[in-house]
Amino acid sequence: MTNLPMKEKKRLAVFKFASCDGCQLSLLSCEDELLALADKVEIVHFLELSSHTQTGPFDLTLVEGSISTHEDEDRIREIRRQSRVLVTIGACATAGGIQSLRNWADHDEYLQRVYAHPEYIDSLATSTAISDHVTVDFELRGCPVDKVQLLEVVLAFINQRRPNIPSHSVCLDCKRRGVVCIAVTQAKPCLGPITQAGCGAICPAYHRPCYGCFGPCDQANAKAMSEHYLEVGVTPLQMIHQLRNMNSAAKLFQIESNRIESEHPTNRPAP
Amino acid sequence: MSRSRKITVNALTRVEGEGALHIRIDGNEIAEVRLCIYEPPRFFEAFLCGRSIQDVPDMTARICGICPVAYQMVSVHALEAALGIAVTPEIRQLRRLLYCGEWIESHALHIFMLNAADFFGCANGIELAKQFPERINDGLRIKKTGNSIVEILGGRAIHPVNVRVGGFHRLPSRDELTSLLQPLCGALDAAIDSAEWIAGFDFPSFEPDCEWVALHHPDEYAMNEGVIASTRFPAIDVGEYERDFAETQVAHSNALHSTRRDHPSSYLLGPLARLTLNRHRLVPDALRLANRIAPPSLMQNRFRSILARIIEVVSCLQQAILIIEEYRETKEAFMPHVAKAGFGCAATEAPRGMMYHHYEISDDGLVTKAKIVPPTSQNQRQIESDLCLYLPQLIHEPDEIIAAECEKLIRTYDPCISCSTHAVTIDRGPR
Ligand code: SF4
Ligand code: SF4
Repeated sequence: MTNLPMKEKKRLAVFKFASCDGCQLSLLSCEDELLALADKVEIVHFLELSSHTQTGPFDLTLVEGSISTHEDEDRIREIRRQSRVLVTIGACATAGGIQSLRNWADHDEYLQRVYAHPEYIDSLATSTAISDHVTVDFELRGCPVDKVQLLEVVLAFINQRRPNIPSHSVCLDCKRRGVVCIAVTQAKPCLGPITQAGCGAICPAYHRPCYGCFGPCDQANAKAMSEHYLEVGVTPLQMIHQLRNMNSAAKLFQIESNRIESEHPTNRPAP
Repeated sequence: MSRSRKITVNALTRVEGEGALHIRIDGNEIAEVRLCIYEPPRFFEAFLCGRSIQDVPDMTARICGICPVAYQMVSVHALEAALGIAVTPEIRQLRRLLYCGEWIESHALHIFMLNAADFFGCANGIELAKQFPERINDGLRIKKTGNSIVEILGGRAIHPVNVRVGGFHRLPSRDELTSLLQPLCGALDAAIDSAEWIAGFDFPSFEPDCEWVALHHPDEYAMNEGVIASTRFPAIDVGEYERDFAETQVAHSNALHSTRRDHPSSYLLGPLARLTLNRHRLVPDALRLANRIAPPSLMQNRFRSILARIIEVVSCLQQAILIIEEYRETKEAFMPHVAKAGFGCAATEAPRGMMYHHYEISDDGLVTKAKIVPPTSQNQRQIESDLCLYLPQLIHEPDEIIAAECEKLIRTYDPCISCSTHAVTIDRGPR
């Protein structure tokens, strides 16, 4: 690969909100491609990787993490202003992340349970996706994102094309991998039928049900799926918990877990 | 009149998660040093309550993308303690292998991409790669083999899916594991060369005395289990951790500070502490290497933590090769069990140091209480106290140099701030 002169390189920025860092780390996990990528783009802001930090504008901004404090509500608006293309990476940024489980709970009680001095803490009662606050050009799913998909997204945007990211369900990849279907053969609540592909159907290949870490796929029929599991012996609480994980605040999962909760009352509070 | 200076690093770089540093100097006095963790709280301990114990390893992994295996290991160990489950020797070895994978990739990332740059005035590993292309390529290759172990055993490198209470969902085939041997041997040679390279770095001298704490195991370099050993106090069982250690909340940080209950001073966790307390348990070749290039007398120096890390990488690579060579396929992927009410705790060695979890569970297998004490929150006070001792030698330097040098010292801890911030349950008085 040839070294492009600085001014032709796109300016890449990576920002983090509430998250585990796993999605940015996926970029650093591109052991074979990282140094070549660094020749193609100018990494101008990426705190986890570099002590050189520059201000905007940015050609491509990757955002990891969800919005969960007042300060972050302002920060994301400023980042949006500075960014030509803004892409969110991971379940936190596209669906509020695992921390959005608080959206079903009493936030004050959470704060008190955890901190002796809740007054020191700036925290919103909800954890929400970036697109709830600003316009987002593309959302890459996964908890964590798949590094091959991440590279595709970065390369697509620096070459000014749409990334080629499939939106079918995990089931299709499961068939491709030749894995025995958990939904058909075992009474375990596999979310493969309503979860977007991208992982390569890892969980079924490791003999366990999918827990939806890539979030909802296109054209999913969540109700039909969960009613099937409920009929074969999965309890409503198990089904709700299955949907309330890293993507609990993704629309489809959220609506479906709430529907189960109201139509199949459990005697325990969830989550 | 004495001059007052305020030095602020608004966003620490090349650390995982987000934190800031505030320093105030009055005349020649260090008036204040505050490491602020502004990473927002994520409430793991609160939302784990009410969840099935089977969900726990998937959820706790999400605390940290850099050391998800550590979170999975300590949580399944604690839950197994609550249920009275003992795993088979095969499962135990595979867990150790998985942990080796994480130590290798996490240490390699820190050494080659984040920390080594500090010794050459570079802003990052990519810049350093221009000076030392082969070294950095070797480093990335070592990292990749660590990732491959976690991928094969766990399904993927970040947030693996294969760990469960009682063992694994599926055991690897012998062929899957032996496919790792060749890359592991290559990585081992590269790691030994890297260790020699790193031993030759120019280390600033800084070796203040403190308490060092790490797990200790009679037969092996402690990872998944052991007693809690210290350079100052007698070793204790993990079950006594909460009797002897406590956390307090400070106004300037979202993460809590840990100290000994009866001694409010800080203590140090991580590779330097492990090497100090467990050196003779290193795999033989790693021990020889360590004794040659990292004698105990030098390893009080915080800046040599990078050397301790590469020695642990060498040890883990050898350990992984041994485990794979001895691996025989068995039938039992996990120990079957019935839910019952109970309490269990465990401590394991995350790459950054010892981590402690406890869980209470109900008779239908739901979590009723969770307590999680990650390594960075325990090291936080030690980092501040180290900075106070380090700053006097920098005091006549311009602000930017002071800030940069302090960041370097903080980076030797590889603080993982995304984990340190999540909530730690407050103790509201003696029990
Ligand atoms: S989406 Fe998952 S992997 Fe990515 S930052 Fe959030 S918790 Fe971490
Ligand atoms: S939970 Fe589903 S989407 Fe996530 S890795 Fe497993 S199979 Fe893939």
